[in-house]
Amino acid sequence: MSQDFTHLSLISAQAGLNRKKSWVPTILIAIAIAYLALIQYIPAINVFVQAFKKGVGPFFANLTHPAFLHAAWLTLILALIAVPINTVFGLCAAWAIARHKFPGRAIVLSIIDLPFSISPVVAGLMIVLLYGRNGWFGPFLQAHDIKIIFAFPGMVLATAFVSMPFVAREVIPVLEEFGSDQEEAAKTLGAKDWQIFWRVTLPSIRWGLLYGLILTNARAMGEFGAVSVVSGNIADKTQSLPLFVEDAYKQYETEAAFSAAVLLALLAVVTLVLKEILERKTRIKDVE
Amino acid sequence: MAVSSPSSPQDLVAETSVWKKFLHQLIHLPWTWRITLAYLTVMLFVPIAAMFLKASTEPPARFWEIATSDVALATYNVTFVTSIGAALLNGIFGTLIAWVLVRYDFPLKRLVDATVDLPFALPTSVAGLTLATVYSDNGWIGSLLSPLGIKVSFTRLGVGVAMIFISLPFVVRTVQPVLQEMEHDIEEAAWCLGASQWQTFWKVILPPLFPTILTGIALGFSRAVGEYGSTVIISSNTPFQDLIAPVLIFQRLEQYDYSGATVIGVVLLTISLILLLAINFLQAWARRYDSK
Repeated sequence: MSQDFTHLSLISAQAGLNRKKSWVPTILIAIAIAYLALIQYIPAINVFVQAFKKGVGPFFANLTHPAFLHAAWLTLILALIAVPINTVFGLCAAWAIARHKFPGRAIVLSIIDLPFSISPVVAGLMIVLLYGRNGWFGPFLQAHDIKIIFAFPGMVLATAFVSMPFVAREVIPVLEEFGSDQEEAAKTLGAKDWQIFWRVTLPSIRWGLLYGLILTNARAMGEFGAVSVVSGNIADKTQSLPLFVEDAYKQYETEAAFSAAVLLALLAVVTLVLKEILERKTRIKDVE
Repeated sequence: MAVSSPSSPQDLVAETSVWKKFLHQLIHLPWTWRITLAYLTVMLFVPIAAMFLKASTEPPARFWEIATSDVALATYNVTFVTSIGAALLNGIFGTLIAWVLVRYDFPLKRLVDATVDLPFALPTSVAGLTLATVYSDNGWIGSLLSPLGIKVSFTRLGVGVAMIFISLPFVVRTVQPVLQEMEHDIEEAAWCLGASQWQTFWKVILPPLFPTILTGIALGFSRAVGEYGSTVIISSNTPFQDLIAPVLIFQRLEQYDYSGATVIGVVLLTISLILLLAINFLQAWARRYDSK
């Protein structure tokens, strides 16, 4: 620390450099903020301004529209199914990868990340090719009168697919950092696997897990591409909130679109706030 | 007895036991592995296999014909060229943003830092909706650009804006931690030796950072290529103008043209797989640089 200070004082002794230092950061900060404003801030503020353009009354009127209520409900249910499934998978995958050293580990990690790099439309297409009328399981499903494509189960599959890697991805580094010493100690003391997981592992990974959970939830509630391919986008039936936003916009009901968009934007805000809190928690732990 | 057969029996035993061990491990996999593999199989491997197999039922000549039809080629042009442009622009500005966040202090810095991730958290349809409005001819930013003859929404430029929005955090979040861990000492040494700030940046800071910036650009590019929600809304989806490949897949599916959709889908999927390999390679390269 003190060494750094001597370095700094050496540098600040050079007056010319000092003068330069005073305006370069200001310009760079200004460029950064301007870029972010054009791309992110102005569009983000626009969501709220457009939604409340005609006041709070029309806003709430839009929110009681039956198609909107159904879409919101569907979005909630989709997340309620996809998030727990992906949490179980993510925990298992994280444990399997973090606790075993084996050749090809990097490949397995990449495979888990694959759903992120596959276009959502391609993900939807793959589900259609499997469960659709002309798909692999199509004849079987039709014979048993099970509808997956253009119905709720297909939407669940699409949602689960796109939000699959988050938990594993967030938990793996935490598990690795935490190490397996305490788990092994518990094992020698005679604890069962389940007890070890519940009492030793879970408390140590809880912030990473929670972080993964909120990211999974945000993606699950916000997914548009994959869900729109498999859902058929029928209002009041297979329309989730992001689909409602696009549909309303296409029907020139811009206000309805923005009213629904506000809810999804609030979801994003909550996600970012929780993310920040959890990041700080893990950072504080690092410092300790 | 031991002299007559110097090599075989014990080695054979050792070899079979290795195989036995492997088989044993395979059969007695821990249940965490079983769940992981089962889920990956159902959700990922089988669908990918289904798509490639479906595409392989198409005769190669027909496959090639669909994959390289005029409309398809035009969508690749819009998708990939625009994505590269967006990713490169973000490479410059994303690095600048990461730099500013790591090195300087300014009011509301925490807020700026936290909101960089907005595109991850904001559903893409909302992003498309608001970008289309802001950049339309009577929108907040679009109305300033239209007197200059620049149309953004419902043009290829709009697709670019959506891609910039969606891929920005990848560059910032990839570069930021590496910048944070970089030693200040080398820079200071360069300054003390009389290098200007620009020289210091160009010759001392940028070279070790370069693989990391490239990784961020590749990640952003990969996301922009696949992006659907925001681009479909801000684009007019006109073939040969601003129609992107994912939208073409969607349109083919709507017309029940499964083979058409599958062929374009396979092209996109193959490219994302190649990109994934490239990103892994870039990350390994960045790490190698790091350890030196």
